[in-house]
Amino acid sequence: MANETLKAKMQAYTAKVEKSLEKFPERKNLAHNRLYTPLDVEGFDYERDLSFPGEFPFTRGVQPTMYRGRFWTMRQYAGFATAEESNKRYRYLLEQGQTGLSCAFDLPTQIGYDSDDPISEGEVGKVGVAIDSLADMEILFDSIDLGKVSTSMTINAPAAVLLAMYIAVAEKQGVAADQLNGTIQNDILKEYAARGTYIFPPKPSMRLITNIFEYCSKNVPNWNTISISGYHIREAGSTAAQEIAFTIADGIAYVDAAIKAGLNVDDFAGRLSFFWNAHNNVLEEVAKFRASRRVWAKVMKERFGAAKPKSWMLRVHTQTAGSMLTAQQPENNIVRVALQTAAAVLGGTQSLHTNSKDEALALPTEDSVRIALRTQQIVAYESGLADVVDPLAGSYYIEALTNKIEEECWNYIKKIDELGGAVVAIEKGYIQKEIQESAYKWQMEVEQKQRIIVGVNQFQIKEKPVEGLMRVDASVGEMQKKKLADLRAKRDNAAVKEKLAALENAAKDEKTNLMPFILDAVKVYATLGEVCGVLRKVFGEYEAHVSL
Amino acid sequence: MDIAGELLAGSRLALSRAITAVENEYDEAVSIMQRLYSHTGKAHVIGITGPPGAGKSTLTDKLAKAYRQQGKTVGIVAVDPTSPFSGGAILGDRIRMNELTLDEGVFIRSMGTRGSLGGLSRKTAEVVRILDAFGKDVVFVETVGVGQSEVDVIKAADTTVVVLVPGQGDDIQAIKAGILEIGDIFAINKADRDGVDRLATELEMMLDLNQNEVDWRPPIERTVASQGSGIAELLTTIDGHICFLSQSGHLTRRRTDRTRNELLALIEEHIGRYVLQQLSSWGQLDTLVSRIEKREKDPYTTVSELLHMYLRY
Amino acid sequence: MEKRIRVLVAKPGLDGHDRGAKVVARALRDAGFEVIYTGLRQTPEQIAEASLQEDVNVVAMSLLSGAHNTLFPKVVNLLKEKGMNDVLVVGGGVIPDADIPGLKQAGVAEVFTPGTPTANIVDFIKSNVK
Repeated sequence: MANETLKAKMQAYTAKVEKSLEKFPERKNLAHNRLYTPLDVEGFDYERDLSFPGEFPFTRGVQPTMYRGRFWTMRQYAGFATAEESNKRYRYLLEQGQTGLSCAFDLPTQIGYDSDDPISEGEVGKVGVAIDSLADMEILFDSIDLGKVSTSMTINAPAAVLLAMYIAVAEKQGVAADQLNGTIQNDILKEYAARGTYIFPPKPSMRLITNIFEYCSKNVPNWNTISISGYHIREAGSTAAQEIAFTIADGIAYVDAAIKAGLNVDDFAGRLSFFWNAHNNVLEEVAKFRASRRVWAKVMKERFGAAKPKSWMLRVHTQTAGSMLTAQQPENNIVRVALQTAAAVLGGTQSLHTNSKDEALALPTEDSVRIALRTQQIVAYESGLADVVDPLAGSYYIEALTNKIEEECWNYIKKIDELGGAVVAIEKGYIQKEIQESAYKWQMEVEQKQRIIVGVNQFQIKEKPVEGLMRVDASVGEMQKKKLADLRAKRDNAAVKEKLAALENAAKDEKTNLMPFILDAVKVYATLGEVCGVLRKVFGEYEAHVSL
Repeated sequence: MDIAGELLAGSRLALSRAITAVENEYDEAVSIMQRLYSHTGKAHVIGITGPPGAGKSTLTDKLAKAYRQQGKTVGIVAVDPTSPFSGGAILGDRIRMNELTLDEGVFIRSMGTRGSLGGLSRKTAEVVRILDAFGKDVVFVETVGVGQSEVDVIKAADTTVVVLVPGQGDDIQAIKAGILEIGDIFAINKADRDGVDRLATELEMMLDLNQNEVDWRPPIERTVASQGSGIAELLTTIDGHICFLSQSGHLTRRRTDRTRNELLALIEEHIGRYVLQQLSSWGQLDTLVSRIEKREKDPYTTVSELLHMYLRY
Repeated sequence: MEKRIRVLVAKPGLDGHDRGAKVVARALRDAGFEVIYTGLRQTPEQIAEASLQEDVNVVAMSLLSGAHNTLFPKVVNLLKEKGMNDVLVVGGGVIPDADIPGLKQAGVAEVFTPGTPTANIVDFIKSNVK
């Protein structure tokens, strides 16, 4: 059909439906057009825009085989209370068929405080496991072969310390560092912009990150040294396009910093990984995943001149959207998570965490975690969604939306470049402000019922309080304090002092890679709080930019 | 609660309640101020102003800490704009001063500009006076330096520091008219950014053109408040300014001027309010207005009649 | 008289999720309140002392980490110790229903769980502020 004919037919269609749709004003102003046709993908070029899976620009996926080979890694984020308790949960999950571990740490650990620090009061073991020293880490991975399992650690500001502890535990198990597989989140920029568990100012934080890149490229070659995260940016309220735009801008800042520190882009780029949110709007999410791969491939190839195809690939871990879980009628969350899982799988994720139905109320129980894992298994084995690579490609809507999100993403990257890059944009509060605007807009849409959340602002029922929620024993804090007191009494305190002093000196010299010094300190059982305390002393602390 | 008495005895709660009374124009505000007035006049009042994003709060935080190191007690009044649409405000300056919260020698109070542009400067001056009466050695008044009302607020200060940042070229054009006169000291904050030399040169040039107060040429200091650099130097300059003020007699002159202005403003306000009250309670105001409208009376004669009637003038 | 309802919005503990706190702060501002926002990682002592200095009518705390049973009552007690007996203390975040009676008994006037419209928070404050 010639374009002119098509345009005319499209106009006729529009005129016809607009009349009959007058009865449905509430469905009038949705974000996307009501119908997509070849007119929306004019100039579409298969080779240029999509190509084949595993080939530039990777729109269709980073591996040639995708799920016709292996499924994505099913990785449930878990951790609470003490190392002993979490170890039990990890072993349970591995027995249930989970294929990778994902460690959640409590807030004191994430912000570099020991459990006996006064500021840790009430927080010990609450949102994850409390790790104070190598001794806790040894218990956490007891009877888990670190040579066989891949471990993802959600740790950012003190990522170097937790990675050092992991390497030290492996060494004790007789597993060499170059045999280790896993990921540290290590993405400080999104902490400033959205998640809030920062410690040091940007400059020394970026140094720690590049130190890790360099150390791992030589010593822990299979380790994913960073998981550049849009997840939390989305959770903080951004749109889909903002999620990938701000995250890729962060990615650009990390690559810039590493190159500035003297690293060769192809030496570390292959170990960069990303972390997306799987949100409610299934097809928009699919387009987001596809657009993000295309943008990153172009950034790495064209902007940074990376030569290895592996450096161009955006490999991604995904988590379903925690902020979309409702406290009302929590069983409905199972359905939400199933749809979000479909989005992540159709979008071609490399690994996935599915949230549990009760997480708007508390940490998940073992039963609800099992349902969440089963959701992934059902999508993988029963739904057929994983049977064909990038099955939605060629849909007018999906391709048009992929293009649109890509364009929005480039516009933001351009704006952030003009501001001086992601670090400056965060220091100026630009990114935070954009996210907050979107968050506020969302909330107002929900309150004005322009956006319906089932069970929250429509279809409500009178509900009984949910029973059988998971509770973290309040004595965890006391137990950790006692363990710390014993540790401080038993360990070789002279050695601790010596290694911490060496670390302090090294920290003062910007050219020194701190990883070996941190490793030395944790091996003699210096605590996380002590190591971070030394770095706090030298680096200072970040002061948040808040604009409302 | 005997607010003034407890305040003078050192109660922080009473201090806080006194400020509320003034801010909300409670009836007891006048009696509180009457009790406190004789205890005021001792604090060194420092105004901190400049465009949004210049780092005023961080700078105030660092200066306050430096004064605390010298053993001086500090009060901080942070004024933020009220939304003209809702009448609400987000007062976020404290975020930069969280470390000072638990220092008993420091008291921080955030204020919204609320609706009363004219009244704001009086209220701020009174809040400063309350902190002064409480015994604070140094009182900071921090506000965004755009618009006349903020400039008026800053007039409560003995020493005014205008904070600027490089790389915001347009702002200096926009505000230079107002700030040049009120700035006793200029601080170029975030001085690790590009454009600091250009900004300093521009400022010097503008100061060259402005020769009103020839015996004090406002010095320009460079700071990076977030890292604490330049703070000691700025503090020395501030202390130098207060020294200059007292030695040159300017301090007495400034304070006399201020006292006079405040007295006149109070008289104006109270007489105005009294007359208005009388007029409204008799329902005369509308009648008078309509007669003047119809040119049956003129406003000049009307005022002189009113003064005669209510003030026996 | 120019009275305004003053609210301190604070994030106690170490939790960095401030989407809710910020949305609430803005909604309260838009409802005509004066909102003193103190940001992340505030200790109960800091929250109570800032409330005193600002002479707020309401202290609104948001916490998603599960430390509410420790931190909320501590703030209430510190406020009382400081003589701030007429402050309305409210909390929000991921808080299990089972914890709410205990928190109320400890002096937290109301707990807003996920999904609460900001308008409800505004209404609650307007009708309960002293």
